[in-house]
Amino acid sequence: MSDTHAETVAYVRDEMLPQAAPPSSAVGALGWARANLFSNWFNAILTILSLFFIYEILAGILPWILSPTWVGGSLNECRGILAELGREGHFSGACWGVIRDRWIQLLFGFYPADLYWRPILAFLLLGVALAPVLFSDRFPAKLLWFSALYPVIFPWLLWGGAVWTPVLVVVGFALAYLAFRAIAARLGGLSALIAGVLVLVLWFMWGMGAVNDGINRAIGGMRMDAQEARLTDSIARLETRNAALLAEIDEVEASIAEQLALAEAALADETQNYRDILVAVVDERNHLDDLRRDYGLVQSDLSDQQGLLRQIEALPGVRETLPAQREAAAALRAALPDTVDHVTTRNGYEALQASNRQDGLGIPLEDFEALDAALSAEALVSASEATLRQTYADVARFGLEPVESRSFGGFMLSITIGVVAIAASLPLGIVLALGRQSDLMIVKYLCVGFIEFIRGVPLITLLFVASTLLNIFMPPGTNFDIILRVLIMVTLFASAYMAEVIRGGLAALPKGQYEAADSLGLDYWQAQRLVIMPQALKISIPGIVSTFIGVFKDTTLVSIIGLLDPLGLSNAIRADSAWNGIVWELYGFIAVLFFIFCFGMSRYSMYLERRLHTGH
Amino acid sequence: MTTLTDPPKEQFRLSMLLYDTRYRSATIQVIALFAFMLLAAWLISNTAQNLAELGKPIDFGFFAEPASYDINQRLIDYTSRDTHFRAALVGLLNTLVIAVLGCLAATILGVIIGVLRLSTNWLVARLMTIYVEMFRNVPLLLWIVFIMAILIETLPSPRDFRGDSPEASMWLNDTVAVTNRGVYIPEPLFARGLGDMAVLDPFSWPNQVAWLGLPLTTIFFFVAIGLGVYLARLTRSTMESAGVGTSTTARGLATLVAFLLPLAIWHNLFQALAGVTLIDAARFEISLDLLLILFVIALGALAAADVGRLGDAMQDATGKRPPVKAIQLSLILMPLVVTLVALGFYLGYPELKGFNFQGGTHLRNSLIALWLALSLYTAAFVAEIVRAGILAISRGQTEAAAALGLRPNRIMSLVILPQALRVIIPPLISQYLNLTKNSSLAIAVGYMDITGTLGGITMNQTGRELECVLLLMLVYLTISLSISAVMNIYNESVKLRER
Repeated sequence: MSDTHAETVAYVRDEMLPQAAPPSSAVGALGWARANLFSNWFNAILTILSLFFIYEILAGILPWILSPTWVGGSLNECRGILAELGREGHFSGACWGVIRDRWIQLLFGFYPADLYWRPILAFLLLGVALAPVLFSDRFPAKLLWFSALYPVIFPWLLWGGAVWTPVLVVVGFALAYLAFRAIAARLGGLSALIAGVLVLVLWFMWGMGAVNDGINRAIGGMRMDAQEARLTDSIARLETRNAALLAEIDEVEASIAEQLALAEAALADETQNYRDILVAVVDERNHLDDLRRDYGLVQSDLSDQQGLLRQIEALPGVRETLPAQREAAAALRAALPDTVDHVTTRNGYEALQASNRQDGLGIPLEDFEALDAALSAEALVSASEATLRQTYADVARFGLEPVESRSFGGFMLSITIGVVAIAASLPLGIVLALGRQSDLMIVKYLCVGFIEFIRGVPLITLLFVASTLLNIFMPPGTNFDIILRVLIMVTLFASAYMAEVIRGGLAALPKGQYEAADSLGLDYWQAQRLVIMPQALKISIPGIVSTFIGVFKDTTLVSIIGLLDPLGLSNAIRADSAWNGIVWELYGFIAVLFFIFCFGMSRYSMYLERRLHTGH
Repeated sequence: MTTLTDPPKEQFRLSMLLYDTRYRSATIQVIALFAFMLLAAWLISNTAQNLAELGKPIDFGFFAEPASYDINQRLIDYTSRDTHFRAALVGLLNTLVIAVLGCLAATILGVIIGVLRLSTNWLVARLMTIYVEMFRNVPLLLWIVFIMAILIETLPSPRDFRGDSPEASMWLNDTVAVTNRGVYIPEPLFARGLGDMAVLDPFSWPNQVAWLGLPLTTIFFFVAIGLGVYLARLTRSTMESAGVGTSTTARGLATLVAFLLPLAIWHNLFQALAGVTLIDAARFEISLDLLLILFVIALGALAAADVGRLGDAMQDATGKRPPVKAIQLSLILMPLVVTLVALGFYLGYPELKGFNFQGGTHLRNSLIALWLALSLYTAAFVAEIVRAGILAISRGQTEAAAALGLRPNRIMSLVILPQALRVIIPPLISQYLNLTKNSSLAIAVGYMDITGTLGGITMNQTGRELECVLLLMLVYLTISLSISAVMNIYNESVKLRER
């Protein structure tokens, strides 16, 4: 064809032009900038404004961040280093010394330093336990057994205690499962479920405590004498060690003081480099910190062992006097007049006394005296019993040294609360979501009421409940741990949000899926487990993960009720005279760590979405 | 021959409660209800026992006692001699103030950031992504204390404003002072103001009357709202049947009358019942100037809506649209200006006197820090919602609208926005809810909202944890449920009408 054209119309081109290179303004960096930054006048203005903004921010922050203050031992020393560099003023540079000095505290709070391996191990094992759940395509499914046991191992590692406590918990669940199996075979699922739950409740309310005491008493009785001899030995050894440590500490302190005086002089007459001297001091300071920590450890070991030894020595006496004390208390109680007989606690005594005074109940003073005596005798008995139980438990303890909740803090506390709340809220949320979607009217409204109530109030009010009210809701005399109370409330809080997210996933499933599952002859739970939940959960992954992130961020609220999470610790650190006036460095450090955790979680959710994406 | 026999009539056996699916659901529900009631009874009996032992039975009497603490940021009059109830009320108003301010700022910021995140400008889009990730992945509490620290540490102190060559100067032509003790802005004042109107305070009434009065007033309030809605509908249907057309102004006035009338009746009735004269009981004072201004604005807006409808009708009839916008604007603005002039409106400016600024409205650091942190934080979430809403509208919609010959801004306002809003509004309102609940973190910077007053100082002073925390939850629950009720109504009204 083109040939004919070429003949007939001379000016028609009969060959393709060679492909030319694109104009230089459309390729490379320039072309990219034209397309993406300066495509029209408005974008150009925006770009210039943004560049100016970025410059301003970086110019303000970068010099501040780049401060060689890593060696500063206090805010004043940091300022000294900066002054030597000729940088004056409040915002001339960060004082990173505070992070070097306190980062361990920000991570672990006041957890005993020699036991840091326990939270570290616990969180490493958390990774092992989570791996088969999170990356099911890369790890063997048998690891799931470890994941199932992990909820018992985790608190044991963190809080410590005898090795049989977690074992007894597992035994409780095993018993419940056996009861479930035995009854399910005869009476069917529903009654078996109720029986299983009943067994669990009975075991945790009574059985476990009794078995625990029995084990303690048996093992404690056997080890008593050996323990006494060992303690006497060890105390003598520790005392020698302590004296040596004290001497060394004095020595190092003197040397540091000497060097610091030198440094001051250097700062004054500029003969020598202030910062170089501080660098030299840092090593000695670290050494001193190590020594002090060792000293503290030895000291606390010593006082623990001395206390235990005293307890063991006093044990025969306590055992002898206990029956007499019991008799005396019972006699006093029996002799009480009817007016005050119902009172069993000190608080009740004071309340009755107050109302007697105010409302004129007319109870004579002698009755109160008798009650007072009876209460004191009963207190004596329970103290003796507690001493006995404690001594046996201490002697028998074969496991990890217990750590009190008071010493938990920092990111360890945040992660603990976050992980427990996240792990417990997912199943609870699924149950609540199913309840809300259920045809059973009463179950449905109970779930709706719970979810709407929790979602309608701020977390801080629930934390107030944890800190002030939860003990009031429990049977009199219960006083359980503050971290446990916070965990309960945060879990309830998270589960309500989780339930709504999962309900969204359930609602998004087409009705045909339910009907298909029914037509296969699956019962309700089978249908949920095999057909509905895998799809519904997949749909709700973004929502679930953003709930996780929200819960993890909300753990900072515990600082308001006085727990030492990173934010609470930052206030404690600033109360130290060496670091008084530090603000940005601490907040920045905490913010960066939170960012890493939360951003990591959101990236993981994207990965999971991609992996589970089975559509086209 | 076949005989048809009924299946044997089944006798009801006890085991059917477990095995027969017809009855099993009833069994499960009864067990669930039973377990729930058991749990509730257990909790309540424990609580009663514990409270009896502590010697503090549930009693809200502490509300009438003097609070004896100061609240420095407040909307209504309050002194430390006032009751705990009034302190809680001041706190509640503070919560509402921060919630409204926060929602406004978060929406504006969030929409801007969400749109900019979709910008074709690479740099701007990245910057906005950084902003969103930065705020979403760091706890709000940290942002609040961080911004508080910024305000205190970086802003000039009032001392710096003094002298012949001061280090700091006021903003906006010497009207706004930004200091590390807070921001001082001009305050509206009236030379010929109408003064304040006294309103009843139920907690200064005698006790037995107060307990009767609160629920009854609440009931009357809702009756008034219902009556108002009814009257508005009645007006509309009457006008339509009379062929006069509909007038928003008339309906609004009818609603107002219907709303105020029962309240006024109740007001007087109560005075007669309680035997307390208005002057004695009055502790609430509402500025009449403010009421008048609000009334004038509302009336102007209603009239403007009428004008808009009239303009539509004329456009339909003649094809030409009269200058509606200008008339509407003047209808709202002119009466307002006239009212303000009549009231003698002027601004009181802050001035440096002694060690501090005097005059003007003092917004404390705690308020500013909380406001900034809440709005910056929530804006990140709003931005994501806005972005998702705009992305949810398929490109075909834009192209179809363009094919119809609409101009770009008309495409946006007539096609994209109405559809995007349906996606955006529900999560947006749940963000408003979150912001309101998050405002309880005010306690971290000492802003006295309801958590700081009722759940903070009042609780610690009186030791009434149960009562205070329960009431606190109730207040937040009421706010949340009201907002979600509004959301449900909205959702219902914009729901996609499917065949």
